[in-house]
Amino acid sequence: MIVKKDRIEVRIGSALEYLDLVQTLTDCITEFMGFDEDSGHWIGMSVRESVTNAIQHGNKLDPNKKVDIGFDVAPDHLEIWVRDEGQGFQIDRLPNPLDPENLLKPSGRGIFYIRSFMDEVEFIPHARGGMEIHMVKKIPAN
Amino acid sequence: MKIETRTVGDIKILDCSGKITLGEGTMAVRNTVRDVLKNGGKKIILNLADVNYIDSSGIGELVSTYTTVTNQGGQLKLLNLTKKIQELLAITKLLTVFQVFDTEKAALGSF
Repeated sequence: MIVKKDRIEVRIGSALEYLDLVQTLTDCITEFMGFDEDSGHWIGMSVRESVTNAIQHGNKLDPNKKVDIGFDVAPDHLEIWVRDEGQGFQIDRLPNPLDPENLLKPSGRGIFYIRSFMDEVEFIPHARGGMEIHMVKKIPAN
Repeated sequence: MKIETRTVGDIKILDCSGKITLGEGTMAVRNTVRDVLKNGGKKIILNLADVNYIDSSGIGELVSTYTTVTNQGGQLKLLNLTKKIQELLAITKLLTVFQVFDTEKAALGSF
């Protein structure tokens, strides 16, 4: 039971090998906070997709660039941010994976899934460069 | 990620288990289906009952496998979707693309 807001932060290198580690940490946090199994699964997937994007598309697998991941835990919600050191991108220029011409494309669904499963999602170009995604998931009231 | 291949008549059933995620998991699906096609197999069933995790790259791999098989004159069907895979396919309108079956008998009979 979380009684006050607290922050958990982790910094990783730009290597996809860290994905399982970050996901395991996310699963531990959501379980600790009391999310149900389904919510925990979708939060974990949203973090995995965000970190994959940060490593692959943001930092372009550059071993000198880092990805920062933060979890702000609160009694009624979890706020997560993932920040890369890349060039950023324009979120409104991303193709819609539901458009018929994109339906059979092998990529381009990650951010759509994040937006489907999290309660709030925001993309913010960071002042020091890079892109930051903020995601919030509320704990349903009993 | 593990894939075991079974043969029923001229149909190949690929029993997938574990994670289909970016990297090892997606490559395993791609390589196994490529081998089936290379050996003349045209009718393929992907049994996903024991896939306990899939990410957007895994979903993308299912799509690109479907395209590869179809372009080579074959057919790819999905069997035993977990609730989570079903949801991921549904919200991205991919259930309109794939033929999906709940039983092996129905999948085998669909070719």
